[in-house]
Formats: sequence, C-alpha cells, structure tokens
Amino acid sequence: MKLKHLTTVILSVGLLFMISCKSKPKDADIQAAVTTALQSSPGVSADVKDGVVTLSGSVASQADKDAAEAAVKLNQGVKSVVNNVTVAPPPPPPSAPVEVTADDSLKTAVAGIVKDFPGIQADVKDGVIIITGEQKADRWKKLKMALDALKPKKVDASGLKVK
Amino acid sequence: MAALQDKYKELIDAAQAAGTSNLKVNELDGVLHIEGEAPTGAVKDQLWNIYGKIDPNFLTGDVVMNINVATAVAGAKLKVITESSNLNIRKGPGTDQPIVGKAAHNEIVSLISKQSDQWWLIRTDAGEEGYAYAQYLQPVE
Repeated sequence: MKLKHLTTVILSVGLLFMISCKSKPKDADIQAAVTTALQSSPGVSADVKDGVVTLSGSVASQADKDAAEAAVKLNQGVKSVVNNVTVAPPPPPPSAPVEVTADDSLKTAVAGIVKDFPGIQADVKDGVIIITGEQKADRWKKLKMALDALKPKKVDASGLKVK
Repeated sequence: MAALQDKYKELIDAAQAAGTSNLKVNELDGVLHIEGEAPTGAVKDQLWNIYGKIDPNFLTGDVVMNINVATAVAGAKLKVITESSNLNIRKGPGTDQPIVGKAAHNEIVSLISKQSDQWWLIRTDAGEEGYAYAQYLQPVE
C-alpha cells in the first residue's frame, strides 16, 4: 500500500514535470530550435531568456532582418522577439582602377601636343610623361592640363624650369 | 584618409561641392588621379586654380587631373583658344591626318561630336568640317 502510494506520487510528479515541460519549453530547447532556424540567416545570433528571443548581428538588408525574425517567431515557446539586428550599409562600389594609356598611343598624343610648346621636351616611359625644358607658368599650366587629359600614370615635371 | 587625399582635400571637396559628376579619385603609385565632368568651364578653371594653389606650378607630379566640361555637348559653340595661331582642322583624329581647314584664334565653331577626349569633330561658320584638338576648344557659356 505504502509502495503503491509512493509510486503514484512519483508518477504524478513525473507527469506534472512532463506537462510543465511540454507547455513551457526550457530556454535551452528554444535556443537550440532558434539556432537551427537561424541557419538560413548568416550573421544573426540569438539569445534566449524566459522565452524572449533577442536577435543580434548584422545583415545586408532589411528583408534579411525581417526574415530572421520571422524564422525565429515560428518556434514553439518563443514569447516575443527583440530584433536588434542591424542593417549594414551596402559596401561602397569598388573604385574603378586608374586607366593608364599605353605608351605607344601616349607617345603619339604627347608629341602632338608638345610640338606647340617650343622649349619643351617630352619623353614617355611606363605611362609616365617626363617633361624637361623651360616654359612660362601660364603656358605650362595649359600643357599640364592637356597632358593630364591623356590619362598618363604621372606627369613628371621635376626637370622643368618654370619662368 | 590617405596622405595625398589629405593634401588635396580642398580640391576634392571643391570638386564635390561644385557638382562634378562621375567624380573619381584614385591613388596609383603615389599619384592621385582625379577624374570627372565639371558642370561648366568656370568650375574646371576653379579646380585647376585650387590645384595650382596647393601645388604651385604643378611641379610635384603627385596629381593627374582630368576634368571635362559637361557643356561640351553636340551642337555646343566652342571658342578656339590657341595661343595665337590658327587651329588645324584635320580629316581624321590624329596629327598625322591631312589638314582640311583652319579655325582662327578666338573663332567660334560648333561641336558636332566627340571622337575621343582629345579629338572633336567640329564645323566652322564657313562650313569647314573636320577633327580638331579638344585642348584648344572651350565651350562658350
């Protein structure tokens, strides 16, 4: 009789425990489920406390942020979701590499310009226009504007004397 | 911010403030390449003046600045800004091309099209048509 009573008590407690477990999943269980649900949302992590899921991390768009929240909400036991995920601004477009004119076309173009600037000698090497000689400041400015428009790598005027 | 962009900050800021479109600022082997299209010839002049202020006489060689003027579109009037001589009008885009006409210093011509940044197809009031060097042509505003 005594043993039977004890068994009943143990069974009842066990049953109560199981029921309570079922109706209120433990945070650890929610965490596991939520983590699985977030596998499709890279960059987002979840923290569960008393059934409240807090999402954190960074995603590329608002749609990704909403998707993460929706995926988490579906899980049993989740009371509410605090969505602290930030939407990162899109990375700046990669700046186009500098185009440098090939030496051959650069040489032809430079020769065409420099012929109008007596007193100036020009050489082209590896995309660099090397200017030597003498020139008045305002004429040199004109020349420099014309040379820069040819898309050289550099205009080296260290050998130029400006009058 | 890179040292060069710092040095020429005033120039880059001015280019942005003046509404230079397609503005590209890149650094390559210690040279700052600034490219873009200025809304007017005055803006282009202003940018070159700022550049000349930061680097007197443009002698450091740490900038290549290629600023075009947006008003230089087909149909625009261009002034011949040679030093004093006539501007050769050629059959094709290149100094090896035969000369088909001449435009006088300070003459106003029309832009037909741009073959490249360097060579523009123009027409004089006398009806001569051919390619001329863009450097000697300035949009009239």
